[in-house]
Amino acid sequence: MAIDLTVIWAFIIAFGIFAYVVMDGFDLGIGILFPSFAVGQERDQAMNSIAPVWDGNETWLVLGGGGLFAAFPLAYAIILPATYPLIIAMLLGLVFRGVAFEFRWRDPDHRAFWDMAFAGGSLVAAMAQGMTLGAILQGIEVADRAYAGSWWDWLTPYTLLTGLGVVAGYALLGSTWLVWKTEGSTQGHAYKLAFRAMVATLVLLVAVSLYTPLLEESYWQRWFAMPNVLFAAQVPLLTAILTGFLIRALAKRQHAAPFLLSLGVFLLGTIGLGISMWPYVVPDSVTIWDAAAPHSSQVFMLVGVALTMPLILAYTGWAYWVFRGKVGSEGYH
Amino acid sequence: MFDQFDALFLARVQFAFTVSFHFIFPALSIGLASYLAVLEALWLKTGKQLYLDLFKYWLKIFAVAFAMGVVSGIVMSYQFGTNWAVFSDKAGPVIGPLLAYEVLTAFFLEAGFLGVMLFGLERVGRKLHFVATLMVAIGTFVSAFWILSVNSWMQTPAGYVLSPEGQYLPESWLAIIFTASFPYRLVHTVIAAYLTTAFVVGGVGAWHLLKDRTNAHARKMFSMAMWMAAIVAPIQIFAGDLHGLNTLEHQPAKVMAMEGHYQSHPDGAPFIVAGIPNSEEKRVDYAIEIPKASSLILKHDLNAPLAGLDTIPESDQPPVGPVFWAFRVMVGLGFAMMGLGVWSLFARWKKRLYDWPLLHKAAIVMGPSGFVAVIAGWMVTEVGRQPFTIYGLLRTAHSASPLDAPAVGASLLAFVIVYFAVFGTGTWYILRLMHSAPKIQELGVRRTEKGPVRTAGITPGLAQNQPHNPSDPTEKPVGEE
Ligand code: HDD
Ligand code: HEM
Ligand code: HEM
Repeated sequence: MAIDLTVIWAFIIAFGIFAYVVMDGFDLGIGILFPSFAVGQERDQAMNSIAPVWDGNETWLVLGGGGLFAAFPLAYAIILPATYPLIIAMLLGLVFRGVAFEFRWRDPDHRAFWDMAFAGGSLVAAMAQGMTLGAILQGIEVADRAYAGSWWDWLTPYTLLTGLGVVAGYALLGSTWLVWKTEGSTQGHAYKLAFRAMVATLVLLVAVSLYTPLLEESYWQRWFAMPNVLFAAQVPLLTAILTGFLIRALAKRQHAAPFLLSLGVFLLGTIGLGISMWPYVVPDSVTIWDAAAPHSSQVFMLVGVALTMPLILAYTGWAYWVFRGKVGSEGYH
Repeated sequence: MFDQFDALFLARVQFAFTVSFHFIFPALSIGLASYLAVLEALWLKTGKQLYLDLFKYWLKIFAVAFAMGVVSGIVMSYQFGTNWAVFSDKAGPVIGPLLAYEVLTAFFLEAGFLGVMLFGLERVGRKLHFVATLMVAIGTFVSAFWILSVNSWMQTPAGYVLSPEGQYLPESWLAIIFTASFPYRLVHTVIAAYLTTAFVVGGVGAWHLLKDRTNAHARKMFSMAMWMAAIVAPIQIFAGDLHGLNTLEHQPAKVMAMEGHYQSHPDGAPFIVAGIPNSEEKRVDYAIEIPKASSLILKHDLNAPLAGLDTIPESDQPPVGPVFWAFRVMVGLGFAMMGLGVWSLFARWKKRLYDWPLLHKAAIVMGPSGFVAVIAGWMVTEVGRQPFTIYGLLRTAHSASPLDAPAVGASLLAFVIVYFAVFGTGTWYILRLMHSAPKIQELGVRRTEKGPVRTAGITPGLAQNQPHNPSDPTEKPVGEE
């Protein structure tokens, strides 16, 4: 059997989106939780823990968007108009939180304002991303290679639920990241937040998981029909086990484990998503093969990915390594 | 009330607005990244504190500009899908991979090394830190390479075949990347970024020279910038001329609009220095002309015939007014830049480079000229390509997303408000940074290197020592006691 490049590309895009979600996820999560940290040392620590890496993290979003454009242009051309207001809101949110890294230090008189811009921008971006996910899952009206719905289709109870789910999930990543990277009162506060964020994430994860199969017959089939269920059932099972470990790690006040376990929960969530959607990019109307770029584009980019991705991962890893260890409000020591 | 035209028009305005704003920042950061690499190299080579001071001074400004470039750039990468979905579907197989390469080879490189460049001096040591600075500089250049390759393909498409669904399918990647206009556009735009930066640096140097002409830092900045102006501005004019000749070959209608040639001139076309293009009457009102000069510039022959817009079907003509005017603004500024460069050479020869207030005032006035020229140049390029997005193939009117005008209008309004507020504030912060003079740091180095880890981490010491009561870091340069 010839290797199907379209499938490979689907996995590459999925990897890119997963990388984005967990990496920018903890940045955005810290932004969402930012107002609950005390002005001064706590907030400075929280900010400093991500300042050297946020730009790299956000680049995965460009890879996700750009990769979709390149590998599945039709999907890009359908999904973005369908979720137009959400995408615009996300972009504007990212503008605010991105410049806040710089501006809050440049202008102490308006520090409070930029702190709020950081938090608000992060919240809006996270909510918009979660709702976009929901809007894709609940189905998009397509006619003649184009979006055919109205421009409010994205707003439903389901998308609100997925939006909140992502906000809670990012908060979990952000708080466990701070548990790892900080100490003292910031860390103490982060433990508390992590516990609450975990509860919220689980509740919403369960709610979304129950709601999704009810949306469409095909989701039901993929999750509950034999023999799929034998494989699919492992996902919630593993999630439950990981959560157990997570609760224990938080209770035992471990430093790195809570973040790593939260990553695990996100990974399982992504796999679950894959089970729901496969092999569609726009559920039930456009499959990855319908949307795929021609062979020559796929090959050309695959060469690029094969050559650059190991390097990217290496120097990204190096940048994280350079700034390893606990961060103080004064920086790393 | 809103018909399709309105949604299309609003989408065009939105694209022009967001990309113009975006480009302002790369225009500075492409140049500044290289300038920083040069300063750090000089510091490593000579060990002179002066270079390190200048490096840190401009690094602060770079950090703010870069952050704004990044967030406005992320908006751009989604503009294609949100507002130009039909274009994205059709051209995606060709330009999508080029943009993906930009992400893989440029954006990750910049973003990956930026953190180390801004905060890592103490953690990784001088040599590795210099590598990080170099990587960021290279990243900005590679980024320009890919994005200009995309744009050039849209200007002078090649290397594709059309599929039955109307998609452009790649046939030869080399032909797609290196299209006819690409080398010219790359050279001209990268030089433009260097010139833009040189004039910003020169303006800041001049500003501090006016306040204190003995300021060694200001002298060094001003001198470096004026060398750039004197050497690079003429090169840019030459490159621009070649670019124009290339455009004449591949996009003649654009050149006709630039020149204001509504009518053909069978024996020698005049160059219109100024005038008011009147598209109704198909003539340039109040024109001041140099007879036969246009034929001389474009054909190197006084009497060569030049075709005018009357040879192009009405429906394929670009708007003349904006192209005509933007071109004159750019060219005028190009010559003004060269003029300042020549003046500075004269001042050097007269040994008055550092005490000629009029020269310094002129340099301050010319400080922002690069930005104006760059935006004007893009207006020429992009408006002159109309009414096509892919020149000669795909019309702008057939490229847009199926969106309602209110949706596009509302998002446009949001972009306008947010961009002016946020980037206006950022520009203000940059101006404040520029306003404070770079100073000699007796003690600076070691303390500075211990800077806190944050994007603004080049102003360290202060926040580090007084995290709860940070005084305004912009007013107190690095390491100052
Ligand atoms: C510092 C900036 C700057 C300066 C001083 C000039 N230009 Fe320029 N010009 C640009 C910055 C620029 C640019 C922003 O980089 C453009 C837009 C797209 C491009 O390829 O370069 C451009 C486009 C552009 C085009 C349009 C090409 C096309 O799209 O087909 C022409 C013909 C020229 N330039 C010619 C000139 C000439 C004859 C100049 C001499 C006086 C000149 N430019 C000075
Ligand atoms: C950064 C500098 C740039 C500036 C200032 C700029 C400016 C503009 C302007 C003024 C328009 C509107 C033209 C009109 O409607 O009359 C436009 C349109 C457009 N440009 Fe550019 N542009 C830039 C770079 C690019 C690049 C690099 C690309 C390709 C990747 C690009 C692709 C487009 C597209 C797709 C449109 C929309 C269709 C259209 O209205 O023509 N532009 N741009
Ligand atoms: C429509 C056209 C464009 C798109 C879609 C686009 C996209 C982007 C994106 C997504 C980023 C952020 C990268 C990050 O996360 O680090 C960015 C930054 C950047 N872009 Fe653009 N860009 C466009 C036009 C241009 C042009 C015309 C140039 C230069 C010739 C340019 C040069 C840069 C550079 C150097 C950066 C790094 C940030 C900075 O220097 O401020 N871009 N762009």
